[in-house]
Amino acid sequence: MKQANPVITAHELTKRFGQFTAVDQISFEVEKGEIFGFLGANGAGKTTAMRMLCGLSKPTSGTAYVSGFDVYRQQNRIKANIGYMSQKFSLYEDLTVRENIWFYGGIYGVRKKKLREKIEELLTDLNLKGEANTLVKSLPLGWKQKLAFSIAVLHEPGIVFLDEPTGGVDPITRRQFWEMIHKTARRGITCFVTTHYMDEAEYCDRVSIMVDGRIEALDKPGALKSHYEADTMDEVFLILARGAQRADS
Amino acid sequence: MKPVVCQHIEMQYVQGKKTVHALKDINFEVEPGELFGLIGPDGAGKTSLFRILTTLMLPVSGSAFVKGLDTNRDYRKIRKIVGYMPGRFSLYQDLSVKENLQFFASLFHTKIESNYDQIRDIYEQLKPFEKRRAGKLSGGMKQKLALCCALVHKPEVLFLDEPTTGVDPVSRKEFWQMLKKLQADGISIVVSTPYMDEATMCDRIALIQEGQILKIASPGDISDAYDKQLFAASTEHSFDLLTLLRANPEIHHSFSFGDEVHFSLAGEDRDPGAILLPGLRESGLKDVRIREIKPGIEDVFMDLLEKQTR
Repeated sequence: MKQANPVITAHELTKRFGQFTAVDQISFEVEKGEIFGFLGANGAGKTTAMRMLCGLSKPTSGTAYVSGFDVYRQQNRIKANIGYMSQKFSLYEDLTVRENIWFYGGIYGVRKKKLREKIEELLTDLNLKGEANTLVKSLPLGWKQKLAFSIAVLHEPGIVFLDEPTGGVDPITRRQFWEMIHKTARRGITCFVTTHYMDEAEYCDRVSIMVDGRIEALDKPGALKSHYEADTMDEVFLILARGAQRADS
Repeated sequence: MKPVVCQHIEMQYVQGKKTVHALKDINFEVEPGELFGLIGPDGAGKTSLFRILTTLMLPVSGSAFVKGLDTNRDYRKIRKIVGYMPGRFSLYQDLSVKENLQFFASLFHTKIESNYDQIRDIYEQLKPFEKRRAGKLSGGMKQKLALCCALVHKPEVLFLDEPTTGVDPVSRKEFWQMLKKLQADGISIVVSTPYMDEATMCDRIALIQEGQILKIASPGDISDAYDKQLFAASTEHSFDLLTLLRANPEIHHSFSFGDEVHFSLAGEDRDPGAILLPGLRESGLKDVRIREIKPGIEDVFMDLLEKQTR
């Protein structure tokens, strides 16, 4: 399928570690402003694939372009043109809210004048005005994750990678987080998301499911459900992932 | 004898200049052989509670008993009869799978063989990796090894702090099947999870948020705590639907829920179709379907969260 305006194009992208093929010839395209769910069991190869797309790891073979940049030759251009946040690492705990925004804005080369405006805008949007000088470590997890997401798109990247952004977050905050994702996508920023919450897979425009290093299924959630005759994405996931050979090796 | 009793437990920490009230008047009892779930997000106080029940920390006030033993006075006895799987992977990364298990057995003056029957099913899956260092295992495998280590001394009560966090849906389902099996062996289990869908596997659950237990009930009875009619609406354009419902004064509250939007109306006994559909059609959403549903655990939890913060 040829997308109108692809932000990611991967063709037979492969990564081998010795004898082990972590990512096995995956091909797909992600469109501008799309919310793309990247699912798979532990060990299916998601992290390795994401590392290649973020310019952190060179593929063994195949091709991929992220925001038009080559994952082999233009890794630094990729890093400057994407946003990234994960559940595990996002912000500096010993810096304040304002310092974190300032720091990341600086790293991504946002101009000082623009950054000053952005900080105020962001603090207002997140209702964090009163907490601007609070150390990030004393914020509740849900606030941290929302802040981390806003910071990841501060420099208006073409695409943001969200690696299990809602793990452990309460159900209301989790939904607020997804509303932020939708608004971000509407602004034209592509959101590439991994999650273990299958209800969240339903919020994506399209979902891919990786099994043993390959993309076994890729479509709209509704189409996947009807194809596998399942009521929920959870069932679709189980049908595909139960066939895995190496889910846990 | 009740395997676990908590009476008026209070816990506070000082963090920087702030005092964090981690647990507020926690009261509950676990029945013999029960699978009891603590359901709540990060920071709700679940880990503090586990640390108190496993005698690793004393509460500021209140008391807790495990098999009738006082966590304050009889901590040595309690440590012999409980198994504890902490939330963070707690095994020795540089020891092999087998060495970890042997080490934990030796701490309890026992051998792997003496309780092998109970761990056989789980350990057989680890057997091919017996010589691999624990740090090199995948998430699901680490979880299985940690469970084996918590079971090696044949505990009477098992405490599992978020054993399935970060684990994929397939491995999570397998893990809960293992717990069901252990429960059938007569072990009482207290388990915490941030995944609401796992709550249905428990006999009873306590919904916990900001140090407070909001509700204790069986998963089947929990919907009784929801005092409004709940509806589910579906459309091809869920996010637009949600935005429109949020802006509508007739709506009490609305949340996305998988491929649907769940909502309740302000006021009682009203027909949501008559109230909402014409307006939605005008806004361009012509395919909206609405049906009444029975609230699930997550609906109840969100309702209680909202009431708490109001």
